[in-house]
Amino acid sequence: MPTSLRTALRYVVLAAIALVVLFPLYVTVVNALLPGPQIARRPPTLFPLHPLWSSFATAWDEGSLGDYLRTSAIVAVATTLAELATSVLAAYAFAFLEFPFKRALFACCLATLMVPAEVTIIPNYRTIQVLGWYDTYTALIVPFVASGLGIFLFRQSFRQVPRELRDAAVLDGYGHWRFLLRVVLPLNRPIVGAFCVFAFLGSWNQYLWPLLVTNTNARRTVQVGLRQLEGLNVAQQNVIFAGTILAALPIFAILLVFQRQLVRGLTAGALKG
Amino acid sequence: MPTRRHPSRYRRRDALLAYAMILPAFAAFGVFVFFPLVRTVYLGFYRVPPFPGLPSRYVGFSQYATVLSHSQFLEPLWLSTLFVLFTVPTGILLGLGMAVAAQRQLAGIRIFRTIFSSTIATSVAVASVIFFTLLDPTSGLFAYWLGERGGTGILGNPTLALPAVAAVTVWQNLGFSFILMSAALSSVPEEILDAAAVDGATGWRRFARVTVPLISPTLFFAGIVGVISGFQSFGQIDLLTQGGPNGHTNVLLYQIYTTFYQDADTGTAAVMAVALFVILVLLTLAQFTVVQRRVFYADEP
Repeated sequence: MPTSLRTALRYVVLAAIALVVLFPLYVTVVNALLPGPQIARRPPTLFPLHPLWSSFATAWDEGSLGDYLRTSAIVAVATTLAELATSVLAAYAFAFLEFPFKRALFACCLATLMVPAEVTIIPNYRTIQVLGWYDTYTALIVPFVASGLGIFLFRQSFRQVPRELRDAAVLDGYGHWRFLLRVVLPLNRPIVGAFCVFAFLGSWNQYLWPLLVTNTNARRTVQVGLRQLEGLNVAQQNVIFAGTILAALPIFAILLVFQRQLVRGLTAGALKG
Repeated sequence: MPTRRHPSRYRRRDALLAYAMILPAFAAFGVFVFFPLVRTVYLGFYRVPPFPGLPSRYVGFSQYATVLSHSQFLEPLWLSTLFVLFTVPTGILLGLGMAVAAQRQLAGIRIFRTIFSSTIATSVAVASVIFFTLLDPTSGLFAYWLGERGGTGILGNPTLALPAVAAVTVWQNLGFSFILMSAALSSVPEEILDAAAVDGATGWRRFARVTVPLISPTLFFAGIVGVISGFQSFGQIDLLTQGGPNGHTNVLLYQIYTTFYQDADTGTAAVMAVALFVILVLLTLAQFTVVQRRVFYADEP
């Protein structure tokens, strides 16, 4: 086969895949820009000649997307920062300090990786009610402030810090805190970045737990908020589509900015085997 | 002479500092991981009476025996297994295919790579709501193209509902799978592929005999993550079918949720949650031991 034909064929394959991947997203954007009743009209409109942007405003205000997004942002940022802090601290202890029961305690951290949050919802739901945290930010954040994966990753990474650097830091009179903040963390910036992106995405995309512990629009995260939106009637389908776009946009922006961290994080676990 | 452990092996100050540093994480693990795990097992020993207000009764393991042999558990378990079989191999194969297609340096390939990764920006909820609307039997575009007009629609069809939910899940995970597989392919050393070509292995043969073994750790990882997240699927069921029609998409986690949240049958739900936990642990361990023997690790001597 001549090379040019081969190349043309490659592009055909690439374009076909792109079409399958993108088409649902394209239709979402088109339908968000159509007047609600026109979406059900046949033959379907696949290009909005007179785009109507008001559906976004409707989704934001009447669809409460503004509230949902704010809650999600607060919860995801707070969870990420808390997870980062608790994981870095624990990982430092496991990497640099000697103490009784260290191995057993580290094994406990790894054991938490075997316990997905879905398994423990029943008692956790009760705990939230007993503590009076139902429908609060606390209920959405506090159960997730520690991460076995984070402790594991940071410990692995911290142990790579060369012995000489530790000795030098001790000679310079650095205590543990200064060593952690001035030497260990700066050296491990890539893994910290990757972890933060993943912790944020993990928190942002949660569905079951926020569904269980919230019941007002002011505390619903955007994922659960979409469930409310889904219930809109057929005439307002443009608002539903606009809502899904608003819900996905922040993640889209974050992924564009943090592409490198994302790929590094995704592949760190996979390639090392 | 037996030696006693040297008393100064741990420096007191260091040990105290270490405990202080692990305390925040362990406090959270204690309250929200270990306690509820034990508590779930314990709740499984108590039968909740069908009428509210009456106290729960201790029945020990008998509730485990009843629930785990009952169709209310076995059917959702089977549906979860089917869901995993529908989603995991398809997701890995499609991601790998896309990665192979986008591997060659062509003009504009970056645009294609960005498009192929794009579904990673959607969440389960976003994807589900989009497809729910597009599959709506009276107004949805996909329903229209598939010849559905009125009636129950695909999501209301007992045979098609679960495959449809699986298809939405696969689509939502394409970006993740593509990024993972692309990274694996680009980690295969050029020299090995060249050497294989010199030995006469090209095209499909080289891919099957050289590339696939070399990326097997990633395939293995994607398999584990896929199976585990398949058993934890909830959002797409809740948003697309709510377990219906007539229980045909009522996967294990959804069954646990409705038993607990709607029926308030804590005991039964706890037994099923324990079962889900055991399944996930066993799957992880089993896959590790079975696949590890066949997986090729590049850094092994």
